[in-house]
Amino acid sequence: MTFGTELREGFKLSLSALTANKGRAVLTMLGIIIGIISVTLMGAAIEGLTREFNKSFAFMGADVLYVDKWQWGFTGGEWWKYRNRKPLKADYADRIRREATLAAAVAPEVDRSGKVRFGNKVANNVDIDGTTADYAFVTRMDFDAGRFFTDEESRGGRPIAVIGKDVANLLFLNRDPIGEQIKINGLPFRVIGVRSTQGSVLGLFSLDNVVYIPLGQFERIYGTRFSATIGVRAVPGSDLDNAKEELRGVMRKIRGLLPSQEDDFSINQQTAFTNAFDQMIFYVGAIGLFVTALSLFVGGIGIMNIMFVSVTERTREIGIRKALGARRQAIMVQFLIEAVLICLGGGLLGLFLSYPLSMLLDNFLPTAMPVSIAMLGIAISLFVGVVSGIVPALRASKLDPVEALRYE
Amino acid sequence: MGGQKVIELVKVNKVYDMGAEVQVNALKDISLSIDSGEYVAIMGPSGSGKTTLMNILGCLDTPTSGLYLFDSVNVSDMDDNELARIRNQGIGFVFQTFNLIPRSDALHNVELPLIYSGVPVSERKERARKTLEMVGLGDRVHHKPNELSGGQRQRVAIARALINDPSIILADEPTGNLDSKTGDEIMLFFEDLYARGNTIILVTHEEYIAEHAKRIIRIRDGMIESDLPIERNGKVKAHHDTEKVTVGTGGQG
Repeated sequence: MTFGTELREGFKLSLSALTANKGRAVLTMLGIIIGIISVTLMGAAIEGLTREFNKSFAFMGADVLYVDKWQWGFTGGEWWKYRNRKPLKADYADRIRREATLAAAVAPEVDRSGKVRFGNKVANNVDIDGTTADYAFVTRMDFDAGRFFTDEESRGGRPIAVIGKDVANLLFLNRDPIGEQIKINGLPFRVIGVRSTQGSVLGLFSLDNVVYIPLGQFERIYGTRFSATIGVRAVPGSDLDNAKEELRGVMRKIRGLLPSQEDDFSINQQTAFTNAFDQMIFYVGAIGLFVTALSLFVGGIGIMNIMFVSVTERTREIGIRKALGARRQAIMVQFLIEAVLICLGGGLLGLFLSYPLSMLLDNFLPTAMPVSIAMLGIAISLFVGVVSGIVPALRASKLDPVEALRYE
Repeated sequence: MGGQKVIELVKVNKVYDMGAEVQVNALKDISLSIDSGEYVAIMGPSGSGKTTLMNILGCLDTPTSGLYLFDSVNVSDMDDNELARIRNQGIGFVFQTFNLIPRSDALHNVELPLIYSGVPVSERKERARKTLEMVGLGDRVHHKPNELSGGQRQRVAIARALINDPSIILADEPTGNLDSKTGDEIMLFFEDLYARGNTIILVTHEEYIAEHAKRIIRIRDGMIESDLPIERNGKVKAHHDTEKVTVGTGGQG
């Protein structure tokens, strides 16, 4: 009960001490405000990047394996090893479909950049994607209008196309594209479907600036020398690692590798990116944390300093309180609360300010400010308050009442 | 007024370590006892050890050696927090410079000892208000110290000293910062408190102030020089060292 009254008294005292020295309190808070702003903005940027990233790479599908000449993600200095590999042929897809029991859908994909025209409108640098009917199953494709090409259409190499949303918006502003004729690199194609919006990767490049055509048509335009990527969707419920191992065996057989030779292809999956990204985010976060911790540290020193001043200023008052029977912890609590209030005030102000700032930052970087970051900010400011207040508070509590009463 | 012993010092020494192996013997084998209901003045020139004695009596400091029984409890080896409790419950301080908290109003200043003994808010306010009324400041409860006159401030301090119903009231030069008229008023106040049965220890170097008490203990060079009762007319009772006592003017503070 005594502690309760001591605590309440401590609160009242610190509040009156702070209001008596408003300018000083605000200046001291500034360090914490800046610290908390940098912490929360850092957190918001990391959180935003992570969300954006996960959203961006969801298009790959968690259960899809991609056989490619290249190893995805960050491969270090070994790019030449991948470059010298023989190209992957699109018809490997048929053999994989026949031999891999854990493959639910298999589709090759070859792409180039090209020009798409409708009437007098032109879309440049469109991703022209040659693939087969199964591609829609591998990628779980959704449509705003129309459909994907059928197996017959794709095998027959019909001049038909499924267009991405960006292309649709650019070429067919207020028109229904279905049934219209577009020209890809000068050759006519009939639009049979519009894929729904995919979004962009990290807000940088759009996944909707794309046109899908049957593989045969692609080869007619660009030839067959380009290496394909073969998307393999695993059988539902199967273990992705097993599917990968099986796929690897099939691929080695297709490529005619001896047991002593290493793979001359790579089997990629979404995690190649997510792992690399997680690693990158970890380093960015660690550096950011160090910098923000530094600014909070400086803020904390400022508070410790001002608390020492506050203790010295009130030496006589401490003496009076001790003479009247204040125990050590009563004095300590009083000054500790004062430090914590400064920090908490700074923390709340910092949070309050970082919200609009994060909006501003959002113009350059994807950001997100979940409640957890706000809580973290408050927890950190509490922590800084206790840490920077404890030494001055202890000093105050240990003052000798006789000396303190004599202090002028 | 005979009563129980409130204070008993047995061979109390206080040695200050001044560093460089220099030691100052501020109190030398002081033994004295004060009964409940007594009005005692402690006198002595500066450097006599009077302040040290007061600090020990007030449990603000502990003796280097010897025994101090306060209300029959040995407080000689108590730690900080235990001493704080004794000061809180057993001792009412009145200081020369009033020592009020400047930011707090009269009521809150008087409340302070109750806060540190954990008395609930409503009871605290009630008691503080009553005590302020008792010292004649019922209409000044929400005034800050700088809005009060010196005499009023000292009365707030007295109310604060009385609020926990202490065993002793320890007044250190209570009139030192007051003009003589106000000083006289305050001394009348102490008379009144004494008449109501409070134990009062007055530390002063002013002879005429000390003469309000019923017993004068004179300190010199860390030792008790004399310890004598005073007659009703203010003269020191006949005693073998009467002359020595009355001649001294108490030195300067």
